[in-house]
Amino acid sequence: MRDGRVPCAVLGTGNIGTDLMEKLLRSPVLELRAMVGIDPESDGLARARARGLEATHEGIDWLLAHADEFRLVFEATSAKVHLRHAPRLREAGLVAIDLTPAAVGPAVVPPVNLREHLGEPNLNLITCGGQATVPIVHAVTRVCPVPYAEIVSTVASRSAGPGTRQNIDEFTQRTARGLERLGGAARGKAIIVLNPAEPPILMRNTVYCALPEDADRDAVARSVEAMVAEVASYVPGYRLKSPPLFDDGPFETPGGRAAARVTVLLEVEGAGDYLPTYAGNLDIMTASAVRVGETIARERLAAEVPA
Amino acid sequence: MNGEGRAAAFRLTDTTLRDGSHAVSHRFTEEQVRAVARALDRAGVPVIEVSHGDGLGGSSFNYGFSATDERELLAAAAEEISAAKLAVLLLPGIGVAEDLKVVRDLGASVARVATHCTEADISPQHIGMAKDLGMEAVGFLMMAHMIEPRALAKQARIMEEAGADCVYVTDSAGAMTVPDARARVAALREALSCEVGFHAHNNLSLAVANSLAAVEEGATQIDGCLCGLGAGAGNCPSEILVAVCDKLGIPTGVDPLAMMDAAEEVVRPLMPRPQVIDRSGLLLGYAGVYSSFLLHAERAAERFGVDAKDILIELGRRKVVGGQEDMIVDVALDLSKRAGAG
Repeated sequence: MRDGRVPCAVLGTGNIGTDLMEKLLRSPVLELRAMVGIDPESDGLARARARGLEATHEGIDWLLAHADEFRLVFEATSAKVHLRHAPRLREAGLVAIDLTPAAVGPAVVPPVNLREHLGEPNLNLITCGGQATVPIVHAVTRVCPVPYAEIVSTVASRSAGPGTRQNIDEFTQRTARGLERLGGAARGKAIIVLNPAEPPILMRNTVYCALPEDADRDAVARSVEAMVAEVASYVPGYRLKSPPLFDDGPFETPGGRAAARVTVLLEVEGAGDYLPTYAGNLDIMTASAVRVGETIARERLAAEVPA
Repeated sequence: MNGEGRAAAFRLTDTTLRDGSHAVSHRFTEEQVRAVARALDRAGVPVIEVSHGDGLGGSSFNYGFSATDERELLAAAAEEISAAKLAVLLLPGIGVAEDLKVVRDLGASVARVATHCTEADISPQHIGMAKDLGMEAVGFLMMAHMIEPRALAKQARIMEEAGADCVYVTDSAGAMTVPDARARVAALREALSCEVGFHAHNNLSLAVANSLAAVEEGATQIDGCLCGLGAGAGNCPSEILVAVCDKLGIPTGVDPLAMMDAAEEVVRPLMPRPQVIDRSGLLLGYAGVYSSFLLHAERAAERFGVDAKDILIELGRRKVVGGQEDMIVDVALDLSKRAGAG
């Protein structure tokens, strides 16, 4: 640790890995030392070389041969690949922050449950829709019980890669479970819509939470607004489209009859580091991954190793 | 009747109990479903679709909760039919492939998998599941007016390669003129070896004409609803399509008089309002907006004190696609802010 920062590497040099690289290069806490891919021709490796980073196409074998030079590894490959990598990274004592849907480790959303999992060898980021909407559901459940939460994520077609497209059910099912287990809703449902409009649309999310009759609406609105500010502290393009909207029911939800609901309309504009700004869905993943890495570095690793 | 005894020129899928669900705000009762399914089966309709209007799993805040669980409605319909096949709709992103297992066990044998016309590559997971379950798989390319015929055919190929037995040109916005419908069906007919279907909406008063043109171009599966009951200004009215085909000598295998009775005596009494082409309905077709948005736009207009007409025009301008019902409130809010600022 040349300057007290925690050394890390990115596995995967595609769009996500390269965007992650740009963000990590700005981190005051993490020191990105290597970009590790398998395609010597990839644009990500060329950029890494231009930035003076170690850039290798020799994959995880190279990384494990140099394991003692790193503490954290960001996995930006695919679920299938991470399932193979995860035990090897663990054996080498490297903490894995997993942006794929492999779900080897516990699902984390920084402002919701990251603190509970700081000691884990492997942490997973659920889905982009989960990162965007679980905080809002959590913001409501910390005020009142939510018998049913539902989210709709709409993303530009151009920002939905082949992995998402081949297994879109994985998105809806994993996000829905996130709304329940992390968000705290009794029942959750997630919907994803791809929109091909040109120019591409920004990522949009709508969060609906069923509310009990006696819910304190001002407290719900304040809690949501505070949560949006917290997420925006690490995803600068995350914002409310309007103040939370309240409707009176009754609504016959899968979680039972609800007296009212709150609707939260969100937009996520990407930072445009490597990915285009419309791809807020990808930006929120890389930005959340950096947040997870920085938090682990500050609270766990900094204590272990003197600078 | 003309054409009697000859093989049907196309297979009619009646979707009163699916697309019609939009027109009743997803509040079909089990009794209504039984009566409609029974009447359709008796009239000789070969395929009857039953699902939430937005497909399996559509019951939600975003699209409206079903008054009765669609699985109960499917099971009820299955008990009422003897010859007809039971179909379901599934929109990947809303429903999941596993939903098909449940409905197959309830008696559904046709799975119709719908995507926006440019997004066919999210359907192979679900088409594959349908085939694995021994179901017939039908691909549904929605809002098909939005892309050119050749591009549409390319998307249809993705569904065919995934195992679809038929791919539909779906005019979700009721925005196609007769030449538009013809060109798209012809392009799919040329590109595919599986069947081609056509699903019309009546927003431009062309649902029957477009369906007939589709048959002339080689479509062998056509959708309709009794009384046209469906999203927007409604679908192709099944009873009218069957009657017109009969006069033209196009065999359908469906009894026109029994269909007229079913429309008049079973469906018309349950309709909350007549299925007419009013200004909003016409605007859907004119501006190319997803028909299911109509009632949602009217509710948002009332809530935010803006004109439904302006909401629909703005939705068309923003190129909003099927499933984005949440954008309606967003647009209504923007319009009301703009009005307030003015």
